Amino acid sequence: MHWNIVFDNFDYFLWGRATVDGVFPFVHDVGGMAAGIILAFFGILGAFWIGLAAGLMRLSRRWWVKYPAVVYIEVIRGMPLLLLIFWFFFLAPVVLGKSLPAFSTTLVCFIVFTGAYVAEIVRAGVLALPKGQMEAARGSGLSRYQAMRYIILPQALRNMIPSFVNQFVSLTKDTSLASVIGVNELTRTGVQVDNREMIASFEIWITIALLYFLICYVLTSISRRMEAHLSRYQARGR
Amino acid sequence: MSYNFNWKIMLSGEPAQWMWEGFVTTLQIASISLVCSMLLGIIICVFRMTPFRLLQWFSLAYTEFFRNTPLLVQIFFWYNASHFVIPTSINKWMNALYHWFPGPFTLFGHEFAGQWMLFNVEFITGVIALTVYTSAFIAEEIRSGIFSIPKTQLEASRAVGLSFIQAYRYVILPQALRIVVPPLISQSLNLIKNSSLCMVIGVTELMFMASQVESYYGAPFEAFSAALLIYLAISLFVSFCINMYNKHFLIQVSY
Repeated sequence: MHWNIVFDNFDYFLWGRATVDGVFPFVHDVGGMAAGIILAFFGILGAFWIGLAAGLMRLSRRWWVKYPAVVYIEVIRGMPLLLLIFWFFFLAPVVLGKSLPAFSTTLVCFIVFTGAYVAEIVRAGVLALPKGQMEAARGSGLSRYQAMRYIILPQALRNMIPSFVNQFVSLTKDTSLASVIGVNELTRTGVQVDNREMIASFEIWITIALLYFLICYVLTSISRRMEAHLSRYQARGR
Repeated sequence: MSYNFNWKIMLSGEPAQWMWEGFVTTLQIASISLVCSMLLGIIICVFRMTPFRLLQWFSLAYTEFFRNTPLLVQIFFWYNASHFVIPTSINKWMNALYHWFPGPFTLFGHEFAGQWMLFNVEFITGVIALTVYTSAFIAEEIRSGIFSIPKTQLEASRAVGLSFIQAYRYVILPQALRIVVPPLISQSLNLIKNSSLCMVIGVTELMFMASQVESYYGAPFEAFSAALLIYLAISLFVSFCINMYNKHFLIQVSY
């Protein structure tokens, strides 16, 4: 057993070669678990808005609003994330005229990919509310937009919080795919140290797995507890 | 940067051949690990249902651990690190499987080269990783399906005089399986998509072949678009099947 290799590289697993001496953006070369968490955090943040828009578009009655959202959701949900990453990795230079850094490429992919799943969460959350809510809001004189903004979404979004946390968990797991195109996050630091040391594969991969497990399990437990907590106040149909 | 689209190369010759082989390998790896993960998932689920604490804890730890770790890390673990813990005899057996299988052969005038020699170490590692990962999810799906059947069903059938096994066999499972089937189908869809990760260890499935076309012919966009279309076709077909199933078979459980 060569656990000392793991201990020697533990800070590398956690934040890569991050240094704080830079002027802007203050921290350079963030890697390891920190990079994964940053990717997941900004991924879910971006995906929330895209997913909200796509989910509400999906609920629209106008076909020219609805069907672009349907196509977006179905296409993205029908392809592996790895394929999306590769595809965008080669598409971005064609469209933009210059190649993007791998970090931004994967971040865009995570936002686009998770957005489709968030859209389905939003749709399910809105549809789960009793129909009477919308009818009552419309009946009291609110426009459709106002009813959505002030009556439906505040209730629906609160019920969606556990699903968002679950999506954040699966995004955290998915950040491991960024390693394939060279983002220096947790999995890639594992590959690097494994390739350099060669004798401690077992220890390294168990450590990497446990680090991911730590984040994901804590978040899953939180979401489970929230689900139980929120279900007491949930407005339900039927 | 200018980019010349050349869609024609995807339609014939080596690229088309490679993509087809990749597609076949994807279906093979997905179907084999689907069957294995169903069996393993049922076993894990049964462990969770038994009154034995130790088995319950094992099953809980199994599902929580494998659901909360990335598949990519698991694949790397099985491929790079498992031989440190797996007995040498099993390793030798896995290597030997490769030699059991026939080499290139001709059938109906078509040369089947590498694609039928699937039992190499990479393929088996991929199957193991996918199986273990998916079985954790499947166990949870089945368990939640069985738990969604009201407890009174079991009590009533016990009161009517059925034994525990009979109650499960004739009352609980027929209802539970109907609920469980759609999530299981979407799990199998996830499995097909997840099998793309096996490219990192060199299983020659669709993604691997797409990147091979990319590197040989310098047509990345075309290759990955073709792969995208194939994956999309698979997933639309599967979701069509789910919709059909739901339309015909899904029962509304009343509480």
